[in-house]
Amino acid sequence: MKMSEHSTIGISSKPKTKHWPDTCDSEAPCHTFSISSLQILDEHGNLDESRMPDVSSEDLVKLYRAMVLARLVDDRTLKLQRQGRIGTVPLCTGHEAVTCGATLAMRDEDWFIGSYRDLGGRLMRGEPIENGLLYYNGHEEGAVFPGGERTLPISIIIAAQCLHAVGVAYAMRMKGETETAVVCFLGDGGTSEGDFHEAMNFASVWQVPVVFVVANNQWAISVPREKQMHSRTIAQKAIAYDMPGIQVDGNDALAVYKATKDALDLARSGGGPTLIEAVTYRMLMHTTADDPTRYQPPEDLEIWAKRDPITRFRKFIEQKDLWDDEQQTDLEAQCKQKIEAAVAAFESRTDFKVDSPFDHVFGTSHTRIEQQRAEFLDMLKKESADG
Amino acid sequence: MAKLNMVQAINRALDEEMARDENVITLGQDVGLNGGVFRVTEGLHEKYGEERVIDTPLAESGILGSSIGMAIAGLRPVAEMQFSGFSYLMFAQLEGHASRMRSRTQGQHTVPLVVRMPYGGGVRALEHHSESHEATYAHLPGVKVVIPSGPSNARALLAAAIRDPDPVVFMEPKCSYRAFREDVPEEPQVMEIGKGQVVQEGADVTVISWGAMMRPTIKAVEAAQKDHGVSIELIDLLTISPMDTDKIVSSVKKTGRCVIVQEAPRSFSPSSEIIATINDHALMYLEAPVKRVTGFDVVTPYFGKEQSYLPNERRVRHAIEETIGF
Repeated sequence: MKMSEHSTIGISSKPKTKHWPDTCDSEAPCHTFSISSLQILDEHGNLDESRMPDVSSEDLVKLYRAMVLARLVDDRTLKLQRQGRIGTVPLCTGHEAVTCGATLAMRDEDWFIGSYRDLGGRLMRGEPIENGLLYYNGHEEGAVFPGGERTLPISIIIAAQCLHAVGVAYAMRMKGETETAVVCFLGDGGTSEGDFHEAMNFASVWQVPVVFVVANNQWAISVPREKQMHSRTIAQKAIAYDMPGIQVDGNDALAVYKATKDALDLARSGGGPTLIEAVTYRMLMHTTADDPTRYQPPEDLEIWAKRDPITRFRKFIEQKDLWDDEQQTDLEAQCKQKIEAAVAAFESRTDFKVDSPFDHVFGTSHTRIEQQRAEFLDMLKKESADG
Repeated sequence: MAKLNMVQAINRALDEEMARDENVITLGQDVGLNGGVFRVTEGLHEKYGEERVIDTPLAESGILGSSIGMAIAGLRPVAEMQFSGFSYLMFAQLEGHASRMRSRTQGQHTVPLVVRMPYGGGVRALEHHSESHEATYAHLPGVKVVIPSGPSNARALLAAAIRDPDPVVFMEPKCSYRAFREDVPEEPQVMEIGKGQVVQEGADVTVISWGAMMRPTIKAVEAAQKDHGVSIELIDLLTISPMDTDKIVSSVKKTGRCVIVQEAPRSFSPSSEIIATINDHALMYLEAPVKRVTGFDVVTPYFGKEQSYLPNERRVRHAIEETIGF
C-alpha cells in the first residue's frame, strides 16, 4: 500500500435512488471504493509540510518523551520477566507512535478503552509505571489508578472492548457530554472478531462519538495478516458501515495524531465514528511466552527497524531545533530513574490483602461469600500454623 | 390494587424505574416500537422515547457489550434477550467483562445492568425457545441470577435488579407470563435479591422450587396436604445465585425432609447445589434422603414431547409421598 496519497475516502459515487433508497445498480455502483493513506513524517524523519497538523513545539516534545519512556519501560519489563521477577508480559515495542500519537489527540475527559499493547498511551493517561509491573505480576491492584476513571483496564479478551467503547459513547451523548469522545484501541487480529463488527455496526447505527484505532502490527501471535483477512486494508472495513476509514503510517506519530484529531473533531461535532488503521509492526514477541523465530521471517524485522517510530521522530525534532544530544541523555537518565523507582516500589509492595477477591464479587454482602471467606482465611491460618 | 399478569407486572416495574431514574434505559431486539415480542416493553417507547427505549441491531453480544459500556459510564441498562436460547451469543461479554469488572478493578469500575430473558418450556415453541439453563449463568461468580414465579414478585424483583450494583440475569418463566393474575399494589415494591421466600410454613417436609415450576408444585403441595394431612413448608427460591443458604438450612433443620422441584436438567444444577448446602449444614437433621424432581440430562425436546418431559404435579406429589413415607 502506497503511504503517500491523501485523498477522500468513501464510496466512489452515491447509490442512485430507485424503488428502495438503499439499492445499488450498475449506473451507481456501490462496490468500488478508494482508501486514503496518510504519512507526514517519512522513515528518515522528513516532514511533508503540507500535511503538518497544528501541534505546538511543547506537544511535539511531550510526544517524543512519551514514546521514549514507553520504549524504555518495555525494555525493562522484558528484562524483569527474563529474570523471573514478574509474570508473562505482552510487549509494546514498535507501537509507540500508534498509542502515543492517538493519546496526544485526546482530552482528559475522553475515554481511553484499549487492550494490552497500549503502554505508551496508558502512561500518558497518568497510569503509574508501577501499575503494569503489578498487573503483570498477578495483582488486580495494577489494573486501576487514581484519576483512571476514564481509562478502562486492559481488555485481554480480543475486541470485546470495542462494544464497551460504543456503550460508553452512547452514555456520554445521553448524559449531555457532547464534547466527550471515546478512543478504542485494538489490533489486526481483533478485526476478525464478531464483537469488532458488532461494535462497528452499533457505532454506525447510533452515530456515537467513537474512534476505533486498529494497530495493524501484521501478527496475531503467529498468524500473519494475510491469513487473518483477504481484504487489502483494514481501513476499508469502515465502508461497510458507512463511516470514514483511513489508513495511516502507524510508525509516524504525526500521522496517527492527525488522523485521530480529525476523527475526534468529527465525533465531537456529532459526525459519528471513524475507523483508523495504523500500519505498524510488532518488533518483539507477542508475549514473553511466545517465540517468534518459529514463524517470523527475520528480514521483516530488518525492514521495520529502519522505519522505527522513535528514531524518525527524533530526527524530525532535531531538525526543528527542539531536541539535541544533551536533552536525549537527560531524558534517558530521567526515564531510567523513574523506572527504577517504580521497580523498587513494585518490589517492596507487601500490602496485598489476600482475601480481596471476596471484597469485590458483588457490591452487596452475601452469606455464601462471607462463609467462604471465613473458611478460606481459617484454612490459611491453619496452613500457616502447620508450616 | 390492580390485578396484573406477569407481563403487565414486569412492564410496570420497568415503567416505574424509568420514571424514577433517568439513567434507566432498555434495549434489545424489538423492544421499541413493537413493545417486545411478548409485549413486556409495550408503551415504553412512546413514553420515554427512542433514546431510552432502543431498538438495537440484531446482535446479542452487541446488546450486552454496549450495555456494559453504558453501565460503566453511569447508565442503568436493562437489556432484553428475546429468548434465553439466544443469549449464549452474549455469554462471552457476561463472563469476560460484566461479571469481572468490579473484581478486575477492585471496585473502581462496576457494571450495574440487568439482562432480562424469557426461559423455559410449555408454550409449544420451536427449538432454542424452551430451555431452562439457569445453572449456566448461576455458575458465574459476580453474576446474580433471579427467577420470579408470579406477577407480584416479578415486579418487585425487577425493580431490585435495576437498583442493584451488579449484573443481574433476570430469567422470566414465559409459560407463566399470561397464565394468571395477582393483586399488585399501586405503590412501587422492591424485594431483596439473594433471599428466598417461605410461601407457607410447615413442619413435616420442605419443598423448594422456583420460576414456572412453582405452579405445579403448589398444586402438588395442596393435594399432598389434603390427602395425607402433612404439614409442608414451601420455599420459593427466587434468587438462584447467590443462593439463600439460611432459608434452606433453617427449614430443613426444622422439617428433616426435603423435596426440590426444578425444570432444569438434573446434573450440576440448582438442585445439586441445594443438596450440597443441606449436606454441609443440615445433614444430621435429615430423616429421609433429599428427593428431587427435575428435567433430564438430555437436550430439551421439541414441543411435541415437552409435556411428557416437563416435571408435573403428579411427579411432585409422588416425590413428596415418597419422602414422607421413607
